[in-house]
Amino acid sequence: MSNIGHTPQEERAMLAAIGADSFETLLDQVPSALRQQKPCDLPPAQSEFELRRTLSGLAAENYDPLRSLSFLGAGFYDHIIPAAIDQIVLRSEFYTAYTPYQAEVAQGTLTTIFEFQSLICALSGMEIANASMYDGASAAAEAMLLAGSATRSERVLLAESIHPRTRGVIETYLDGSALEVLTLPERKGQVDLAALEQALTEKPAAVLLQQPNFFGLLEPLDRVAELQQRLSAETHLVVSADPLSLALLAPPADFGAQTVIGDVQPLGIPPQFGGPSAGYFATRASHARRLPGRLVAEATDAEGRRGFVLTLQTREQHIRREKATSNICTNSALMALRATIFLSLLGPTGLQEMAALCAARGQQAAERLCGIRGVARRHAGPFWREFVLTLPREAEDAVERAYEAGGVLAGVPLSRFWPERRRELLVAVTEKRTPEEIETLAETLEKVLA
Amino acid sequence: MAETKTPEPQQSQSTEAGCPPRRSVEVIYERSLPGHRGYRLPRGAAARWEAAIDALPETLRRKRPPELPEVTEPEVVRHFIGISLLNHHVDRSLYPLGSCTMKYNPKINEELARLPGFALLHPQAPETSLQGILALLWRFERELACVVGMAAVSLHPAAGAQGEMLGMKLFRAYHRHRGHAKRKVLVPDSAHGTNPASVVLSGFEPVQIASGADGRMDLGAIRAAIDDDTAGIMVTNPNTLGLFEKEIAAVAEAIHAVDGLVYMDGANLNALVGLAQPGAMGVDIVHLNLHKTFSTPHGGGGPGSGPVAVTAELEPFLPVPIVERTEAGYRLEHGRPLSVGPLHPWCGNAGVVVRAFAYLHSLGAEGLAAVSRAAIVNANYLMKQVADSFPVAKREWCMHEFISSASWTKKHKVRVMDVAKRLLDFGFHAPTVSFPLIVPDALMIEPTETETRPTLDRFAAALREIAREVRESPERVQQAPHSTCVGRLNEAAAARRLRVRWQAAKERDDAGGA
Ligand SMILES: Cc1ncc(COP(=O)(O)O)c(C=O)c1O
Repeated sequence: MSNIGHTPQEERAMLAAIGADSFETLLDQVPSALRQQKPCDLPPAQSEFELRRTLSGLAAENYDPLRSLSFLGAGFYDHIIPAAIDQIVLRSEFYTAYTPYQAEVAQGTLTTIFEFQSLICALSGMEIANASMYDGASAAAEAMLLAGSATRSERVLLAESIHPRTRGVIETYLDGSALEVLTLPERKGQVDLAALEQALTEKPAAVLLQQPNFFGLLEPLDRVAELQQRLSAETHLVVSADPLSLALLAPPADFGAQTVIGDVQPLGIPPQFGGPSAGYFATRASHARRLPGRLVAEATDAEGRRGFVLTLQTREQHIRREKATSNICTNSALMALRATIFLSLLGPTGLQEMAALCAARGQQAAERLCGIRGVARRHAGPFWREFVLTLPREAEDAVERAYEAGGVLAGVPLSRFWPERRRELLVAVTEKRTPEEIETLAETLEKVLA
Repeated sequence: MAETKTPEPQQSQSTEAGCPPRRSVEVIYERSLPGHRGYRLPRGAAARWEAAIDALPETLRRKRPPELPEVTEPEVVRHFIGISLLNHHVDRSLYPLGSCTMKYNPKINEELARLPGFALLHPQAPETSLQGILALLWRFERELACVVGMAAVSLHPAAGAQGEMLGMKLFRAYHRHRGHAKRKVLVPDSAHGTNPASVVLSGFEPVQIASGADGRMDLGAIRAAIDDDTAGIMVTNPNTLGLFEKEIAAVAEAIHAVDGLVYMDGANLNALVGLAQPGAMGVDIVHLNLHKTFSTPHGGGGPGSGPVAVTAELEPFLPVPIVERTEAGYRLEHGRPLSVGPLHPWCGNAGVVVRAFAYLHSLGAEGLAAVSRAAIVNANYLMKQVADSFPVAKREWCMHEFISSASWTKKHKVRVMDVAKRLLDFGFHAPTVSFPLIVPDALMIEPTETETRPTLDRFAAALREIAREVRESPERVQQAPHSTCVGRLNEAAAARRLRVRWQAAKERDDAGGA
């Protein structure tokens, strides 16, 4: 038992030192009827060496991500992860600490959170950002709750073109709340502006759009903003923005967004079969007291030296209990730190280059793939890194064959989210994909679609 | 973007070994120099960039680059290493933060979670190519169910509080299914703040129940509070005073009598693994914190994982998708008509689950019982060592943690937070302070099983020394900490000014800031 602090002999001595005859004595408060009678059926303990073999074995039963060619997106993207990130987050100082409750011995963590908040504000154009949420989906749900509490309306409007999973999480979160969820239909893959115009007359608490949307298309935020400001100024325009896209796209603040949220997985976080990632939550300073989660502020010591502290804690569950703005406690600080290091390394130029390279490769891939017989883009609208193709056969079948034909992960069939969309394939192309790899995808699809 | 800073005088006054000289903590923006960069992208297609950007609608494009720092890789690394040195952490010394189970995080878990065959898996790859991770999740769900004696487990919640929220959604789904519209959830006053917050977030009304004199649930008070509108109760066991809720089975019976459900906050499961199972206590739903009991690192505040275990009756309501094992292999099932719906972007924090899986398999059933046993022995041993300087709230054996009170220091004008700060000078992290709320000036101490007796002795000695100081030189404690890298910071002023992001000097001046 290599991680337990004492031997059986030491245990006996400790028990003797405190006047307990045996370990059983300490358990006198646990009714014997509630004691576990027989150990549960678990495999025998493994040594470190055996564990490595067991888990490597399980890992080997998955596809080999280093050898396959991925065009998978739909919320998780295969972007470059600079080597320095893992070296830094593997510092015990960061990963074995907890929430910075004692500021004097937690300036490392507090500073990185302040930096994360600053970087998120720089990208989104907002005034205040929290220390992180679990993921982009729960951040979206919390943004709906904030809008509900800040306005008097009882409905929120979700664009049909947001990630279906985000919609699902919002619906789960809001079930039991006073807020009703309404859908804003899509038209040609983008938000239907006529429907929006209509819906805004009802003055909803929030309108949630995703930028770029689930189909990879850019939503006309300028037109949306114009309608929202004219028809329902009190409605919160909430934008779920891919943080990497914000290197090229105008910050949602420019369109009057009240809250900007999203998932920072593209910023140096491995996909890890869906988590952990981190969500970001940025809003206007006027909503500071409604913000969910932890917030760090600059402070000074008695000699005027700068440091950082947790602030406005009276919003939070440990003080406010049932009146808290959210129930979140543990968040996703270490993943937010990955994003912080990522943005620090890339800087404004690197980030822009990366986002532009995605756009270039995406366009290149779309052109090439649309040259295949029977393949066309599903929508005509502008896109950045991801787009939907219509195939001449079922997409699920095509991706299965493409994988079997040579480890090509060709995309995400939309039938997984909308069963009737059987022939639609969502393809994501990141800066990692070379022109040769795009050609490989095209040739593979040509083969499996023939 | 970088501001030129006037060098600050280096203090000759000795600071703790390993501390940089006391000065303002650096922010990455202060290392920024125009044109510097820390990462080079693959070359090629540069010519197409401009064209690619031009293809995006003009009205949606950014007009000027975002204000990110411009820093080389070595400077980035130096910055983060530099600030990391200002942190206390488990790998440095004792971190007795009650309720948080700050146990050692085995290194092998980090290595295994980083295998590309786990870390780089995309959730939307074909299921045939994901058989290893699906098998791991499927097995771990069943192993956890076995540990807590329940029928089924969902690994989806990203942390304990999200597990609680799922629990409340399950209350809702269950009662709706039975055609009930119950509104009230009982919550003992010793509960963690996330409990009442999760109740409200799910549209229920929390009814606070006062604890009995022994610090446990008061069966009489609970019986009196139960009525037909009671959807259920949230019970923490062991509770936040580190005491086992002896009456839990009777409470469950009373709740079940009105068709209510019993939710157990299992954040304190480190006291029970291998010793007692929630399934035998009448519990319907329990959440576990993998970042506590199952050794996954706390990451400076997360990520965590808060699986929820339920009875067979509640299984149909769990979030989707669900991992299933079929003749043809493992697959994800999305069609569960009674499901509360999705809670997470996919199947939970799988990267955290891989670590916890490795931990559980390093222990086996016997090792698991040894963990809670050692956690209980350590807590009781430490409690006896500490009791003479900081009286223990309840005079009986404890489970995995205990509460001392610093109320007596008030007559020396020393507050419980001062005591906590003074502990930092001894190289320890402070216990949880002022929680649970029902013990005045609480110091909540949880040593965990991974600490040795000499460490516990040193910690107790530090508390004894601090108690002596409170009597003999209270100012030493009031002004603590003295030897940390950073001194006490003015939190009230920080909240008033509310500077929550970096602003370049010019922008600050424009905003009228100091
Ligand atoms: C007793 C108790 N319940 C619930 C929680 C919430 O867990 P989490 O922080 O993982 O959301 C905690 C820990 O913070 C806790 O100590």
